[in-house]
Amino acid sequence: MKPAQFDYLRAESIGDVHRALSEVKDARVLAGGQTLMPMLSMRLARPSSVIDIMRIEALGRIEEKGNAIRVGAAVRQAKLLAWPALKDRQPLLAAALPWVGHAQTRNRGTVCGSAAHADPSAEIPLVLTALEGSVEVSSLRGARKVAAAEFFTGLMTTARADDEMIEAVHFPVRQPGHGYAFNEYGRRHGDFALVACAAVVSRTRVRLAIGGVSDRPVARDLSGTNDEELAQAINDFAWSLEARDDLHATASYRRQLVREMGIRTIREARACIS
Amino acid sequence: MHKLAAASRHLVRFELNGKAVEGLAEPRTLLTDFIRHEIGATGTHVGCEHGVCGACTIQIDGVPARACLTLAVQVDGAKLRTVEGLAPEQGRLSIIQESFRKHHALQCGFCTAGILMSLDAFLKANPDADEEALRENLSGHICRCTGYAPIVAAALEAAEKLREIRNA
Repeated sequence: MKPAQFDYLRAESIGDVHRALSEVKDARVLAGGQTLMPMLSMRLARPSSVIDIMRIEALGRIEEKGNAIRVGAAVRQAKLLAWPALKDRQPLLAAALPWVGHAQTRNRGTVCGSAAHADPSAEIPLVLTALEGSVEVSSLRGARKVAAAEFFTGLMTTARADDEMIEAVHFPVRQPGHGYAFNEYGRRHGDFALVACAAVVSRTRVRLAIGGVSDRPVARDLSGTNDEELAQAINDFAWSLEARDDLHATASYRRQLVREMGIRTIREARACIS
Repeated sequence: MHKLAAASRHLVRFELNGKAVEGLAEPRTLLTDFIRHEIGATGTHVGCEHGVCGACTIQIDGVPARACLTLAVQVDGAKLRTVEGLAPEQGRLSIIQESFRKHHALQCGFCTAGILMSLDAFLKANPDADEEALRENLSGHICRCTGYAPIVAAALEAAEKLREIRNA
C-alpha cells in the first residue's frame, strides 16, 4: 500500500500555494497529512502534486480577532489544545479537541485539515457548525469567508473551489450568559464517533448540533421549548437526520443516541452557563 | 517554491537518534520505508500503513507521530528518535523497556516499538500520569497479544521509577 507518484512542492508563501493550485492540474494541499496520507497510500487520492504548506510561518498562528479565534492552516490540533487561553475563550472547542483522533495523530494533524476533509463524524466541523463559525478560503481570485453551514455541503464535500486553499478557520469566542457542552460516543476512545453532540445554550436559546449521523454536521435551533417539548423536538431532529444502518451501528441505535446524548448535552451546557 | 519531481530521488537529511543521516527518496516514499530500507534502522515496524495501528510511531521533533503518515521529504532537517535510541548503551535497557520485560508487556513484539516511543514522550511530559491517562494515550496503539493489562502495569511501574529518579 504505497502512494502513486506525485511531485512534491514545498510552498514558502501563501502566494506560492495560490499559484500552484491555479496552475497545476490536480494538485492537493498537504498539511498534517493525517487524512491525506492514508488516502494517498490507499490510492483513493492520486494528485499530480502535493503542496506542503507546513513551512509557511504566516499559517501557523492562533489569534483572537473580532470575537473569534482564528486558527491558521498550519496549526496542529495539539498546538490548539495546548493554547493556554483555549478553555476560557471557547470551552466547547476545549471539550471537543481531545476527541479528535489520538494524541499521536493530533501531534501532526491540523485543525483546518479536518475541516477540509469534512468527515461527517469529525469533531472540528461539528464545533464549527455548532458555534456558527466560518472558514476562510483564498485563491489568486481573492479571499472569502464561508459560514460553516454553507461550507460543509455533503459527505466529505465542501464549498471550497479547486483553486482555493483554506487559510484559516474562525471559532466564535465564548459569549457571556452562554453554556457549552460536548459529548461523543464511539466503540473506543479515538474511534470515529457513532454520534457526537455539541450544545450551545443561554437562558433563552438552545442550539444542538449532531455529528456522525447525517452526511455532514447538522445544527438545529431548539429555543423556546419546555422540557416536554424539548424531548419531542430532539426526537424530530433525530429522525430528520436520516440515519442509516452500517457495520458499526443501526439507524435506530444512532437515533436513540441522539435522543439520550442530545438531552444530556443540553443539560450539561445549561449547568455551565456563565 | 521548492519542487521535487515525482520520478527522481532527492537528498533527505535529518538527525536520527542524535546522529546525522541522509539518503535518497522519491517524493512518494513514506518515512517508515525510508528509515527501514534507506537508513537500515528496522526497529520501527510497519503495520497498517494508514495511521490506525500505531506500530510505526516514532518521535518527530520530540513528539510521537505516525511515520507511515509522513513523507520522507517532509522531515528534511528534523530531529527523529526511534526505538533504537531508547537504550542508554549496548546491553542495557531503558527504564520503560526494562519494565516491559518484567511485566511481560509484549508477546510477539510487533507493536512494542511504537508503544515505547509514545510512552517515552508521554511520561516525560506527564510524569504524574494516572492509569486512565496512560490508557487514553495507549488508545493510539493496537496490541493483539497482551490484552493491554501488562502494558499498563509496566507503564505505571516505569512512571513510578522515573519519578523516583527525578526526585532523587
